[in-house]
Amino acid sequence: MGAAENGMRGLSGITNILVCGIGGQGVMTATEILAEAALALGFDAKKTEVAGMSQRGGVVVSHLRFGERVLSPQIAPGEADLLVGFEAAETLRWVHMLRRGAPVLTNTSRLSPPVVECGVFDYPADPVGQLRALGLPLQAFDAADIALAFGDIRLGNTVMLGAMSDHLPFPAEILREAVAARFAGRKPERLDANLRAFEAGRERAAALVG
Amino acid sequence: MGNALTAAVANRLFLSGNDAVAHAVRDAGVRVAAAYPGTPSTEILEVLARFPGLYAEWSPNEKVALEVALGASMMGARAFSAMKHVGLNVASDALMTLTVTGVEGGLVIAVADDVGMSSSQNEQDSRFWGRFAHVPVFEPADSQEAYDMTRAAFGLSERFRVPVLLRLTTRICHVKGRVELAPPQTREPTGFVKDAWRWVMVPGNAKPRLPLMFEREAALAAESAASQLNLLDAGSDRRIGFVTAGPAYMHVREAFPDAPVLKLGFSYPLPLARIRELAAQVDTLLVVEETEPLVEQEIRAAGIACIGKDVLPRLGELSPEVLRRGVARLRGELAAETDALPVQPVFPRPPTMCVACPHLGIYYTLSQLRNLIISGDIGCYTLGAGHPWNALDTCISMGASMGMALGMDKGRGEGDANKKIVAVIGDSTFMHMGMQGLLDITYNRGNVTILLLDNRAVGMTGGQDNPGTGRDIHGQQTGRVNFPQLCEALGVKKERIRVVDPYQLPVLFKALREETRIDEPSVIITDRPCVLIDDYKKTPPYAVIDDTCTGCGNCLEVGCPAIHVTRRDKAVKPSGKEVDLAFVRIETSVCTGCGLCVQPCAPEAIVHATPAVPVRFMKRES
Repeated sequence: MGAAENGMRGLSGITNILVCGIGGQGVMTATEILAEAALALGFDAKKTEVAGMSQRGGVVVSHLRFGERVLSPQIAPGEADLLVGFEAAETLRWVHMLRRGAPVLTNTSRLSPPVVECGVFDYPADPVGQLRALGLPLQAFDAADIALAFGDIRLGNTVMLGAMSDHLPFPAEILREAVAARFAGRKPERLDANLRAFEAGRERAAALVG
Repeated sequence: MGNALTAAVANRLFLSGNDAVAHAVRDAGVRVAAAYPGTPSTEILEVLARFPGLYAEWSPNEKVALEVALGASMMGARAFSAMKHVGLNVASDALMTLTVTGVEGGLVIAVADDVGMSSSQNEQDSRFWGRFAHVPVFEPADSQEAYDMTRAAFGLSERFRVPVLLRLTTRICHVKGRVELAPPQTREPTGFVKDAWRWVMVPGNAKPRLPLMFEREAALAAESAASQLNLLDAGSDRRIGFVTAGPAYMHVREAFPDAPVLKLGFSYPLPLARIRELAAQVDTLLVVEETEPLVEQEIRAAGIACIGKDVLPRLGELSPEVLRRGVARLRGELAAETDALPVQPVFPRPPTMCVACPHLGIYYTLSQLRNLIISGDIGCYTLGAGHPWNALDTCISMGASMGMALGMDKGRGEGDANKKIVAVIGDSTFMHMGMQGLLDITYNRGNVTILLLDNRAVGMTGGQDNPGTGRDIHGQQTGRVNFPQLCEALGVKKERIRVVDPYQLPVLFKALREETRIDEPSVIITDRPCVLIDDYKKTPPYAVIDDTCTGCGNCLEVGCPAIHVTRRDKAVKPSGKEVDLAFVRIETSVCTGCGLCVQPCAPEAIVHATPAVPVRFMKRES
């Protein structure tokens, strides 16, 4: 289920990647790192999100488009080449954005908001099962578990970057380098932890394919 | 390879529109930049504050920000002000006369329209101000243009001595794209020249200036007609020709790559001759604009036939998809069916208040009191209108809670005679436009209880500083407003001003009950910091003893996102009434130990977590 097989950068020569989750999960940072990898390869890129109140635990969805020349920054429904969800129900919320046959990668962690806790709305009983029932190429795993194994839940977004790295129209190494570049000026332990989280995510996703 | 990639990333600027505007302001040699935070414009001044060599400030409101910029311009310095769309409503009093005086140093006003309303109380089209104030409007379509047009706007401003409106929208402000910078300029202030005829706008001086303003507008029309910022893409498919501006241009190009397109970068005064030229070459002229049919109506008024909002939506954001559907409607065709999967129904996830937010205690308390009418305001605390509190009844404009509360008091009939009127306002909103309303309440003897939520931050836009925090835009120490003294100076009796810790629920409850019973203005100030700023100090987290939790659900009424239901059940009370039970746990990894949920817990099931676990960033459920 690599990039070549799923026909990324098909008709328009533009790759559309949608990353979703909730405020505080690092969705925007992860997408930014992905954009930096694409830019380093000389692609034009545009990244956008509506994030006015996302810091307050609201929905965050980040659109990244890259290719020869990108015009509109937004991905249209049915035109995403890859959907990466940092939270199970959020992945389900945005699945209609995928092109038919394009892959979806999701964290299985569930984060239920106060409107669910106070009984106003229900959290889906089995969001990952619903995704599977749609017949999509799906990779689902608990990224929070992997991040916590490295001692820091904040590594979750790097785990997800590793997991998506073999779905891109460029080698996974390029994305790994972009992660390294992002943490270059930081403490060596922090860089090391992020690179290990990246590899762990990559291996976890690869194991799901095999 | 690693080094090469690192260098490539470091040398290429990938900037949001806001960031690009800030870079352009710096590179244009601007000396003074002022703003009040507001989505989607906030980051412009945040970025500017990081650049050395120019003066940047958070102003108390947009009107003051624009006046600061104007003062600098009068000194012959380049000046800049940024605001969201509703901010320009506030600043418009200054705008409508500074357009009469004109400017000296270049003055650019960036106004960011929240098209699609991600974080605003309304959607409005700021391009109207260009017409109303007779000032030129520039509309960039991406980050590179945001940079280039901001630079160009300063030049135009000085040549015509006119303020220039730089009209942005969310999809400029919050879209990142590649940007190449131009060589920076330096510009020394030319000095203040005393000239009452120019700067003192009394009728005798202003009257002779009005014709000059209209002459200037005519000259600007000629400039726009010839401007390189208005570009015609010839196109081969002449069935439809598009007139468009801003991010809508990108959508048009994407959806109709072969169509002729006139892109308006210098969109007011409208280059009508160019539009007429395009109209003559195509079967149909379609105007694509966000959000009002403004250009469309002006084109029609000039006698040129066009289509616009007949087939395109008048609200919200446009996109290639929306345009394709609109054009299909225009051609009388069925829109091509997309191959997309159906939208899967998922619960809404509105923004919530943060874990341990001091506002939680306030709204919990307000939700427990009966017979209140709660006049609300703009900030994080507007979320108090939502679940589980439902404890905010109005939200209109910055500072409106005050005047509306007074109006409610004066306008009430018999049916509302027993209601207590409470106004809720945050520290920054109070200083923005709430103080005058409080003055009206005291001056005209209103029976209103004011809750002034001082969390020492402009919370909703990311915790910016304001005159109440004691820090300037750089985080440097400055004078701090003393709220009790300020309220006293505004006419509230000293004994009717209380400062209360919002985490002490019984104290807050008692203060509110007592003050609402007294028939005169009173102010309850809560004084704990926003949890997102450094002033907030975490304390050890709490946990729920499973066996002790009775499922009463009292803690859920606090509305803290760290509290999760583990199991629901039903029970029958001795009275025979069936009640819902919700057994809970606390996500210890995000709990910061504020203790709000401990207080309403009837069986005392909430205790400090032992052993205390290190606080983590993201909550998680298994």
